[in-house]
Amino acid sequence: MEKDLNWREFLITRLIKFSGYSAIIFVSLIFFFLLKEGLPTLAEVPLGDLFSLRWYPIESRYGILPLITGSLLVTVGAGLIAVPFGIGTAIYLAEIAPRWVRNLLKPLVELLGGLPSVVLGFLGILILSPTLRVTLNLPTGLTALTGSLLLGGIAIPTVVSISEDALDAVPKSYRDAALALGATRWQTIWRVTLPAARSGVLTAVMLGVGRSIGETMTVMMVTGNAPVLATGLADLFSPVRTMTATIAAEMGEVANASTHYHVLFFIGMVLFLISLFVNVTASAIVFRQKKRAERILS
Amino acid sequence: MKRILLFTFLLIFLASCSAGGEGAADSQPQTYIENKGSDTIVNLALAWAEQYQTDHPDIRLSVTGGGSGTGIASLVNGTVDIANASRQIKQKEIELASEKGILPVEHIIARDAIAVIVNPENPVTELTLQQISDIYSGVYTNWSEVGGEDRPIVRLSRETNSGTHVYFLETVLRLGDKESTTLFSTNTLLLPSSEGIIVEVRQNPNAIGYDGLGYVPHDLKVIAIAPEVGDDYILPSVETVNSGTYPIARDLYMYTNGEPTGVVAEYLAWIMSAEAQEIVRKLGFVPIN
Repeated sequence: MEKDLNWREFLITRLIKFSGYSAIIFVSLIFFFLLKEGLPTLAEVPLGDLFSLRWYPIESRYGILPLITGSLLVTVGAGLIAVPFGIGTAIYLAEIAPRWVRNLLKPLVELLGGLPSVVLGFLGILILSPTLRVTLNLPTGLTALTGSLLLGGIAIPTVVSISEDALDAVPKSYRDAALALGATRWQTIWRVTLPAARSGVLTAVMLGVGRSIGETMTVMMVTGNAPVLATGLADLFSPVRTMTATIAAEMGEVANASTHYHVLFFIGMVLFLISLFVNVTASAIVFRQKKRAERILS
Repeated sequence: MKRILLFTFLLIFLASCSAGGEGAADSQPQTYIENKGSDTIVNLALAWAEQYQTDHPDIRLSVTGGGSGTGIASLVNGTVDIANASRQIKQKEIELASEKGILPVEHIIARDAIAVIVNPENPVTELTLQQISDIYSGVYTNWSEVGGEDRPIVRLSRETNSGTHVYFLETVLRLGDKESTTLFSTNTLLLPSSEGIIVEVRQNPNAIGYDGLGYVPHDLKVIAIAPEVGDDYILPSVETVNSGTYPIARDLYMYTNGEPTGVVAEYLAWIMSAEAQEIVRKLGFVPIN
């Protein structure tokens, strides 16, 4: 009997251990696959061509700079929308709204996150883009801004949901202490609750940004996909082509193991590295802050 | 007596019913034909497939779009029986195919005119080929330069995996000159579908786009085109394509691996028949004979 229990214990802990490690295994397998398919690019396309300004793969023009700047621009735009709105909503839900409003609003916001991105793309093409063209007097409504607005909308539920959880987890004693010291409600939120929940909020922002940079369908439908180099925020009002839309639009066309195929994987690698960079920076910041907080407390 | 007779009839009727049903399922193993490629051809291929399946219930045709490049890539990768293409196969693709032991064989199945379309609010009604080329390559950036209003030109094109894109590049932008290296202006919007182009042209008076004639709805304005300055401006139609006066018309193709055999050969032979070519005419394309 006891032996049987030991055996089961052994199996279950091993299984759990395996699921823990499997994430690492899968990520590294994916990364090695990307490297395997993407690195031949460096042998086939001279670096000068790869980082040039013209993307026109059917004539072997593989300049990926416009695609990188396109993705960054749309993502930064989405972040500028999603972060203030998302954190604002989270603060309202966690700190200000009565309990019943929170219980009603939070599931609704999360439902917004479940909207298929193709549906958002339709709304973008048929409603948002004509409206933007007319109100801002642009040549066309298929711009980076249109993509940013929709991606912001996609990222907001993620940001709200996770940062609200983090704010909610801040012990009540922190707020009580701040209020007892004579801080106003706003000072309590801004100086005490939000900093205390910082790591959770940062995770929320990170996941939101990650969601935006990887989003494909909506962007492909509304940003116009013109591979023009974006040099500043003013380019939000012109069309851009993102890395994800490029891969999605062109992957079906390429023959296996051709140069174009390798370049598309190379773009996937760049995308992966950018996500990795965002993640590592964010966790580094969280880590440093924790250490400081520990120092102060000790 | 009468009741017994009726009962017997009913029994016989039921028996024959079930026997017929089983017989059909047993005696006709289904044959699948995979057909993929050009978005220009996809509606035509679907209409053909529907008609052909009604006439030959033992054959199942699966038709998908994705672009000519996609279709040919699938043929090269060996995943389809027939690739649809609105452009001829490229030398590079033939080489890739032969590396994989695949020999693409070409079949011309219909003809198509490319219509250049603008928003009905745009007063421009006719352009020369040279003007269209200059609009797309970025020489002209304002409609007033080609006789229109003072509006920026928004150029729309299909993605690069579209056969229509490649055809337009070769025939219009480069005016058929093989040595030319003219490219689309970088700020040309590359839209993933015909529908995307039509939606944008419908709502944006700055836009110019192009698409297969069979896909252009009646509420958009089709531009009359002159091959050279001084020539007549011609609108695309079955007549002007067949007489060769409309300058941007092309053949549509199906590619098979080697000379087709069996059901694929029968299907392709049917496509050349008068019945199938009548479907071509109904969908706004131009029949081959």
